[in-house]
Amino acid sequence: MSEPVIEVRDLTIGYDNRVIMQHLDFSVSRGEVFCIMGGSGCGKSTLMKHMIGLFRPMAGDIRLFGESIVSAPEEDKRRLMKRFGVTYQGGALFGSMTVAENVMLPLAEYTDLTESEQREVAEAKLKQVDLAGYGDYMPAELSGGMRKRAGMARALALDPELLFCDEPSAGLDPITSAGLDRLILRMREESGVTIVVVTHDLDSAFTIGEHVIMLDKEAKTIVAEGAPAELRDSSSNIWVREFLSRDGLKH
Amino acid sequence: MEDLVANWAQNTHKRFHRMVEFLGALCREVVCDLRNWRRFRWRDMLYYLALCGQKSVSIVLLICFLMGMVLALQAALQMRKFGTELFVADLVGFSILKELGPLMVAMIATGRAGSAFAAEIGTMKVNEEIAALTTMGVSPVRFLVVPKLFAMLIALPLLTVFGDAAGLLGGLFIGSTWLDLPVQAYWSRTMDVLSPMNLVLGLVKSCVFAVLVTFAGCWRGFESEPDAQGVGRSATDAVVMSILLIVVGDMLLTMFFAMFGY
Ligand SMILES: Nc1ncnc2c1ncn2[C@@H]1O[C@H](COP(=O)(O)OP(=O)(O)O)[C@@H](O)[C@H]1O
Ligand SMILES: [Mg+2]
Repeated sequence: MSEPVIEVRDLTIGYDNRVIMQHLDFSVSRGEVFCIMGGSGCGKSTLMKHMIGLFRPMAGDIRLFGESIVSAPEEDKRRLMKRFGVTYQGGALFGSMTVAENVMLPLAEYTDLTESEQREVAEAKLKQVDLAGYGDYMPAELSGGMRKRAGMARALALDPELLFCDEPSAGLDPITSAGLDRLILRMREESGVTIVVVTHDLDSAFTIGEHVIMLDKEAKTIVAEGAPAELRDSSSNIWVREFLSRDGLKH
Repeated sequence: MEDLVANWAQNTHKRFHRMVEFLGALCREVVCDLRNWRRFRWRDMLYYLALCGQKSVSIVLLICFLMGMVLALQAALQMRKFGTELFVADLVGFSILKELGPLMVAMIATGRAGSAFAAEIGTMKVNEEIAALTTMGVSPVRFLVVPKLFAMLIALPLLTVFGDAAGLLGGLFIGSTWLDLPVQAYWSRTMDVLSPMNLVLGLVKSCVFAVLVTFAGCWRGFESEPDAQGVGRSATDAVVMSILLIVVGDMLLTMFFAMFGY
């Protein structure tokens, strides 16, 4: 087994004094597609935002590439942040800038590339997510799926070793969402990047996930963990089986 | 009950802490951008300059002209009793340059820019754009606040000059029609009593107001609850906070200037 890229140890997270999740323990190996699953509002995004260092956990530790992002001073945190990319639920593109400028922003911030070189990289990244030729569009002119892909191009701009995706397929029609799943798998093939995907979509998790953890709102912790196929067949947790079959019926 | 108080105290403490951090970041980023002007986001600044400057010119001219008229009318009612109508020029001149010009412009900027700043930043928070900036290693303060601050620091003093001129003209209009004073006499009286220092100190005030309006708008935006209602509330709160800060700031500055005889 390869070294873990992310290690989460006895983590408790929440807002103000309200605990959302507790006793979280898991690690993500290099090169795998790791899925964080659970119903809406159970705290998946909250967990992801703690993993990328936006919030400070109430207890426990999160280590990225062997370094704690919880106790790291600002400078080290910034250096760590440069090594991963993040895509957000709605794309989180900046509305006042074109799609290409959005992708160029991290390049301008971290590299010494000239403007035309930045533009070249941006074009290449947009091509990678099948958005070639959309560089001069404004984010508002793109569809939801395209916006998510543009967000992905921006997250990939600095060739990160690790990619976090929050609900890449939520709110999209089945065909577009399957397209995004394929894109994630292709990304992994092409660049060997480790990918953490947050999703409530069972199909998606089973298509792309190699390792899945399932969060539960009531239990406030991980209720099942393992490879998707394994989970489906042998999960001992009633709730998990219920979730799986209920979701299975819907599709 | 005790819990409530403890909670409130804790939240207030946290909020104060965040505010100090925000102000610290703002100072740091302003200095950074001044030292390294290539980093500065010119295009954003020009956009905000248009938003809170250019688009406010006509409303500033109108409101200040009317304020000048109102002041002149009120003064005239009193001065007439003593037959000292020409002093209307003094009163209008001083009031507009020292007080009402900068104040009215700051109020208009609050309504136009302050609330827009809060709504914009609040919406970006809802859309997780602030989070995206942070994880991309871009300081949200540098990206969002510094260009607004510089735009306001340019726009407000300029608007104040326009507003001052319009206010004086409003006074002149009433003086020459209602009071039948010769235009020439009214104008030379105005020029005689006013010194450049009155204008300069008014502009200093408007620069301070620019900082306060920007601070209130941006701070409320960052503190906004991450949902649609939260954004609406933060825009309203920004206006209230901004007006409060402007009035308090005005009082302190006026007291300070008064100590030096202005
Ligand atoms: N910034 C916040 N402040 C306070 N509570 C929040 C915040 N963001 C989310 N929550 C709450 O945390 C819970 C989990 O939210 P979230 O992590 O977004 O769920 P998910 O992504 O699984 O749908 C929800 O009950 C939500 O109301
Ligand atoms: Mg979510």
